[in-house]
Amino acid sequence: MARVLLKDLNKKFDGTHAVKNVNLEIRDHEFVVLVGPSGCGKTTTLRMVAGLEDITSGEVSIDGKVVNNLAPMDRDIAMVFQNYALYPHMSVYDNMAFGLRMRKFDKPEIDRRVRHAADVLGIQPLLERRPRQLSGGQRQRVALGRAIVRNPRVFLFDEPLSNLDAALRVQMRVELKRLHDRLETTAIYVTHDQVEAMTLGDRVVVMKDGMVQQEGAPLELYQHPANRFVAGFIGSPAMNFIPVTITASGDALWAEAPGLRVRVPPQKTQALRRYSGQRAILGLRPETLRPASPDASGDYAFDATVEVVEPLGSEILLDTRVGESPVVARVDPGVRASPHERLRLAFEPERAHFFDAATEAAI
Amino acid sequence: MMIEGARWRKWLWFYLPLGAFIVALLFPFYWMVVTTVRPDGELYRPWNHPLYSPFWTSHPTFEHVKELLLETLFNTWMLNTMFIALAATLISLACGVIAGYALARLTFRWAGLLGTAIFVTYLVPQTLLFIPLAEIIRDYRIGDTPWALILTYPTFLIPFCTWLMMGYFKTIPKELEECARIDGAARWQAMVYIIFPIAVPGILSAGIFAFTLSWNEFIYALVFLSSPEQKTVPVGVTSELIRGDVFFWGSLMAGALIGSIPVAIVYSFFVEHYVAGVTGSVKG
Repeated sequence: MARVLLKDLNKKFDGTHAVKNVNLEIRDHEFVVLVGPSGCGKTTTLRMVAGLEDITSGEVSIDGKVVNNLAPMDRDIAMVFQNYALYPHMSVYDNMAFGLRMRKFDKPEIDRRVRHAADVLGIQPLLERRPRQLSGGQRQRVALGRAIVRNPRVFLFDEPLSNLDAALRVQMRVELKRLHDRLETTAIYVTHDQVEAMTLGDRVVVMKDGMVQQEGAPLELYQHPANRFVAGFIGSPAMNFIPVTITASGDALWAEAPGLRVRVPPQKTQALRRYSGQRAILGLRPETLRPASPDASGDYAFDATVEVVEPLGSEILLDTRVGESPVVARVDPGVRASPHERLRLAFEPERAHFFDAATEAAI
Repeated sequence: MMIEGARWRKWLWFYLPLGAFIVALLFPFYWMVVTTVRPDGELYRPWNHPLYSPFWTSHPTFEHVKELLLETLFNTWMLNTMFIALAATLISLACGVIAGYALARLTFRWAGLLGTAIFVTYLVPQTLLFIPLAEIIRDYRIGDTPWALILTYPTFLIPFCTWLMMGYFKTIPKELEECARIDGAARWQAMVYIIFPIAVPGILSAGIFAFTLSWNEFIYALVFLSSPEQKTVPVGVTSELIRGDVFFWGSLMAGALIGSIPVAIVYSFFVEHYVAGVTGSVKG
């Protein structure tokens, strides 16, 4: 049972302000993912929770108790590192037992816990081996095992999958998810990979430049991004952004850009009214675009020039150009398109996003 | 290393230079061996004598070795040297390992400056340092005792060990220690249970270097020790077997040869660790 609370958390290294006023509540049993590009402060935030980094200002509390000045060993947490950090001179068994020995558990209990964890992770045959005799995936499992034997209040993960190859990463991702469902321990997970964030997190926190951009359930971030950064970061391929000018004609509003004139969907009209005559950014996800017949209604469609065709089997990515803006469309594998061809693309009006050109906040 | 092409090419660019290297390195030892077993009559034969053969002897003898072991204090010198070298090495290693760890890991304000300062003290030549040290040794009345050397050798061994260990500790991933501290170890426990065992190759190479340096040290031993029964091998051999302008070449070489054996043994025992320690690699 553990609830982690970050209050106005700040970290300054000499000269740089790495983490700025982070406020976050991680509820009991919750799996929260901090995601963002490198240098966004996510790892620093995690290390402050772990006690490996001094806190410049603000508070970290676990179960209502402020732990700012508590040594890492007294916080009852476990951490899995990107490079696994297995002790090279110890066997897998000793690696997993180390934390328990340090905490003066008696021998039979240590043995029981290590064997149980090894069972859960399927690494019993490896217990006598040394870390250097293990493959990347096995090392990852040992690192996980070392964390779970202690039965800590909070798990911290610092990009634990980024050293694995792509196929293994997908497999370990599923296992992590299963493990968390089984252990029901509060977990904070740091990654730069938005797919990991979306699939693992009960809640995802997007960070940039030391600040929290948005937090919410994965689908909420996908459907209602708070700003252009979150919209572009969540979702793959990334959302297309087209700088447009909003014009009014009668009751309707239109978004115009060179080579493009589409209607502002009715549910957005109210909010965009005050942008009339001004610049804004239109955001269209690649998966909301589909080819339309050349004479389809012009309200929610535009012409594009195909530049590159990327057939992925289950789908095709079309890299196209609309006026000056590159636009990627993710279409059915049955679509026939070739480079330099003109193509009419229609979008789903209710899934179009608009962002303020200056503040980049969602409208 | 692979050298492509014809066999002669391999001979020319690989075996020939390697052979020349081996000959150049081992020749002094060969010379020591030959001189040790050569009878006096051959040793003092002038170069233009018809039977002059500097690289070979047909009448090997152990007379010089016997003379060295039975008629000089060589055994005492060996024991003295062993004791002094071991003690100085242990003291220096203990200090160097801890200091190296602190400089590599603890981020205190003057860490960088202090590291450089320690390195600079290593660069002060012993030929300058022995004069003030002689004064200190006299003041503390430890002249002509093994402690004169055991306590002065660390002046150059500690900076050396510190510097070497600092480099080695920096190659050990910080996460190992952080993980140990989260696992429930205090800083000193993480150091003792995790970092030091991983640093064994580094500690061994620092130890070998320190041992060799103190074993071969000459100037402090010459200045701080005076009675024959206190001397170390390098000083004892040169002061007792060169009398006036007479060089007892056979016994001198026997002393040099036997004196180099312990160092050779130490090296050969730890050669694998030693290589890893100098090239510094920790794989997770």
